[in-house]
Amino acid sequence: MIATSDLSVFIGRLRIVRGVTFKAQPGEVTAIIGPNGSGKTTLLKALSGDAAYTGSAGIDGIEIASMKPWQAAGLRAVLPQSTSLSFPFTVREIVRLGLTGGSAGPGRSGDRVAEALARVDLEGFAGRFYQELSGGEQQRVQLARVLCQVWDPVVDGRPCWLFLDEPVSSLDIRHQLAVMDVARTYAESGGGVIAVLHDLNLTAMYADEVLVMRKGEMAAFGAPRSVLDDRLLEDVFECRLRVGALPAGGVPFVLPQSAG
Amino acid sequence: MEAPRAARSGIAARRVSGADGDRTALARMVITLLGLLLAATFLLSLASGASDASVLTVARDMVSGVAGDGALSARDRIIVYDIRLPRAVLGVLIGAALAVSGAVMQGLFRNPLADPGLVGVSAGAGLGAISIIVLGTGVLGPVVTTLGIYALPLAAFGGGLATTILLYKVATRRGQTSVATMLLAGIALGAMAGAFSGVLVFVADDAQLRDLTFWGLGSLAGATWLKVAAAGPIIVAALIASPFLARSLNGLALGEATAHHLGIPVQRMKSIAIVTVAGAIGAAVAVSGGIGFVGIVVPHLLRLLIGPDNRFLLPASALLGASLLLLADAVARVIVAPAELPIGIVTAFFGAPFFLWILLRKRGVLDL
Repeated sequence: MIATSDLSVFIGRLRIVRGVTFKAQPGEVTAIIGPNGSGKTTLLKALSGDAAYTGSAGIDGIEIASMKPWQAAGLRAVLPQSTSLSFPFTVREIVRLGLTGGSAGPGRSGDRVAEALARVDLEGFAGRFYQELSGGEQQRVQLARVLCQVWDPVVDGRPCWLFLDEPVSSLDIRHQLAVMDVARTYAESGGGVIAVLHDLNLTAMYADEVLVMRKGEMAAFGAPRSVLDDRLLEDVFECRLRVGALPAGGVPFVLPQSAG
Repeated sequence: MEAPRAARSGIAARRVSGADGDRTALARMVITLLGLLLAATFLLSLASGASDASVLTVARDMVSGVAGDGALSARDRIIVYDIRLPRAVLGVLIGAALAVSGAVMQGLFRNPLADPGLVGVSAGAGLGAISIIVLGTGVLGPVVTTLGIYALPLAAFGGGLATTILLYKVATRRGQTSVATMLLAGIALGAMAGAFSGVLVFVADDAQLRDLTFWGLGSLAGATWLKVAAAGPIIVAALIASPFLARSLNGLALGEATAHHLGIPVQRMKSIAIVTVAGAIGAAVAVSGGIGFVGIVVPHLLRLLIGPDNRFLLPASALLGASLLLLADAVARVIVAPAELPIGIVTAFFGAPFFLWILLRKRGVLDL
């Protein structure tokens, strides 16, 4: 379980995240939503050990700030929003980097890389150069690397975690669903997933719990059904939103929920 | 679970060697070949020169043992073992030091253009060395008496270390290194070190000036076992440390945050990398002056060949750097025989056009 209590993050003298208290359970997908600049990514950074925080935040009771990098790497893997690369690595070499950290055991590395690439629908991409891929393909390569790092959702009875920062931001609809399915499957196998998302429909579809951020504070936390309501969304996103409303006659709309 | 498994074996069946993005086997082969190349250039370096001992006789003599009835005449043995051997050993050490420092620094700055010679680290090390040569008889006298032959390499190490740390502090903000800032700051730091060095040269007396000239030419000439003993330990320590950085440098290629997520102690690793580079460059500069371009040409060539994986790039750089420096030294000795060219001129002749070629290839890609 990941639990925070009165978690605040300062960048310089500015308080980006203030007083967030929530619990994320393994076996569930916890989504963090909110408008731009509301502190979603910063909150995830605090959980990843990248940003210093006040208050407390722990994985299974171990304070995140006190973890050694290699210790944390065995418990959670982090997918950043985007990753630029300075040297011409191949896709296989990138994904293999995930194996060197984390909880992945030795051996079977070739299989593991191929399997991870298959999961993100990139079979046959191992020999391509990362820098020559499209943004969406790069994002999925990084997800494959992240999966390699915490391949088994549960290690020695302890759940592992995926922290995903906007994992579907540059993906087409099919791959959005595919990547969210990967997250879903990971949670169903006993691991935990915390994902920053912008797509409210995907959130409603895949999240077990939703943490809504607003100006650095937690505006709501709960199941999608209870959190995604007109008043809260309008208040948080500062525009008129109506849950479940159909567009006025004749305008086509396509929801991810309709995918078979 | 069955479907992906089937797909996987399908890929395995179609997999062509090299097309699956795994360059491990290729890298191992290249490293083996580079090892052989180094052995060959080492022998060549022992055999080439005014005396006519052939590669074969030198090799036979070395195999039959130093004490035994070797294949070389007494005169040739002195030439080979007391003059050429220390020179060749020093060449190997310095070539490896320059190339590995280049590779480590490029990994650290996440940039293929970072080179100790270009960004002022060599100039800083040079300032340290010049301080000892000029002030060693004056205010720095006690330092020289205490440290003995290590005074020069340690001073150069100190100069290189200070420059590298300054450079890193200036060029890196929140884990991101700006190329433009790095190169420009490197020029500024190099110029500053050069100015201080100039002041020291200005106050130097005649004997010191002669020492400075010999030192500053960038040459392996005058290599002795004493110089090997002075620079060797620091360089060997740096070379031994470098493979332990390989995994961390690979992680760092994805950025500092991601390296941290992968379980790499980023801050500690960066400190070790900086000390390693400063140590290797300091020791190299202390005994051979500034030899440019090895640190940028060698890793770049190897990245084209075996890819940027530092687990292979670092040892391969050491081997190729050593071989290239021995070859450059052989050219320097032969081309204007019986005189010899400073080796720095030879490496610049080949290295500078190569550097321009990299820039041309990268034009539009680099965010200068």
